Amino acid sequence: MAGNTPTSSEYIQHHLQNLTFGYHPENGLSLAHNAAEAADMGFWAIHLDTMGWSIACGVLFLFVFRKVARSATTGVPSGLQNFVEMIVEFVDSSVKETFHGKSKLIAPLSLTIFCWIFLMNMLDLVPVDWVPELAKRIGVDFFGADPHHVFFRIVPTTDINATFGLSLSVFALILFYSIKMKGFSGFIGELTLHPFSSSNMLIQAILIPVNLLLELVTLLAKPVSLALRLFGNLYAGELIFILIALLGLWQLPLHFAWATFHILIIVLQAFIFMMLTIVYLSQASEDH
Amino acid sequence: MNLNLTIIGQSIAFAVFVWFCMKYVWPPVIQALHERQKKIADGLDAASRAQQELDEASRQAEKTLRESRDESARLLEQARSRSNQMIEEARDDARAEGERMIANARTEIEQEVNRAKEQLRAQVSTLAIVGAERVLEASVDEQAHRELLDKLAAEL
Repeated sequence: MAGNTPTSSEYIQHHLQNLTFGYHPENGLSLAHNAAEAADMGFWAIHLDTMGWSIACGVLFLFVFRKVARSATTGVPSGLQNFVEMIVEFVDSSVKETFHGKSKLIAPLSLTIFCWIFLMNMLDLVPVDWVPELAKRIGVDFFGADPHHVFFRIVPTTDINATFGLSLSVFALILFYSIKMKGFSGFIGELTLHPFSSSNMLIQAILIPVNLLLELVTLLAKPVSLALRLFGNLYAGELIFILIALLGLWQLPLHFAWATFHILIIVLQAFIFMMLTIVYLSQASEDH
Repeated sequence: MNLNLTIIGQSIAFAVFVWFCMKYVWPPVIQALHERQKKIADGLDAASRAQQELDEASRQAEKTLRESRDESARLLEQARSRSNQMIEEARDDARAEGERMIANARTEIEQEVNRAKEQLRAQVSTLAIVGAERVLEASVDEQAHRELLDKLAAEL
């Protein structure tokens, strides 16, 4: 680390800072040199590491699946085709069990969510210093950057922007399906006439704001909980990996133990995100 | 934890991935799966149908076998009785033929005897004349004694 060893808190903070590119009020279009500069950039900045690694994961997923899809035979499947078919069948049965409507979108959507999030989560198993150190080398040797200013986080799902990007897309689909299936008035009715209703017009009129408040909270809680659950789990996991990395020699058995446990978490979180998406969309497209 | 443009970038990437998956990944894979399921179901169907047909065929074969066995037993019985009958008939025929042949032979023998007797009778008269000529040492006028000699021959 270029001679001077950072303190534990510096090490941790360094690991939790994204490679941010954006418009800084003073420096113009540039990479943020520290957390404060990144914050100054406000909304008009982009995390290059998050975008790069997430797109790489998505492309890897689509590349492998597309390769199988092109050569899919109805005969005895080869190893890779078998693997892909297993995943597809698993997702397909999950969708069929939960979502009773007919939709061309929801099954591929679920497959994409499951595989993409799984691959992004899996980057968490790469030892925390490997890729950031490599990035630092490249940054220092090729771009002449200050080693303290090279930030690199490879796990996109530990970036709240990534998880919100996913969950807000799902939220948009929830709204789209609600309005498509129930009509605009039906959707408004669902928001205002439940859970409390009365046959008396006056009481009903009073209940409408109460219902609206409750239903809006329910509705908005969906994307927020989706995003925060995934983010929280992976962020905490990554933080523990970073803490373990500070322990010197003891990190070896601990890292192994936590990584083993983490395999469960990364699959589970991908599955939960997919499952909840299906559930929310099936709620959105069904009349109560 | 700054929310920034990355949210929108992620959303766009997500939308593109989902679109690609929906368009180029999901349909061929799921179609292959369904086709295989159909093939397997068809195969199982065909197998059970073939089993039924086999059962039916073996039942049919057993029936045919039983029938032919009965038929052959019947034919054998018929043939045996027919052969017995034929033997009987042949024996009867042979006996009758034998008797007929014996009778023929008998008549033939009788005829031969009669013919021999006639010849003998004819020759006797000649011998008698020769004998008489020897005895008399004189020739006997055949014309003159024909009547006498014929009488003698008839008496023999």
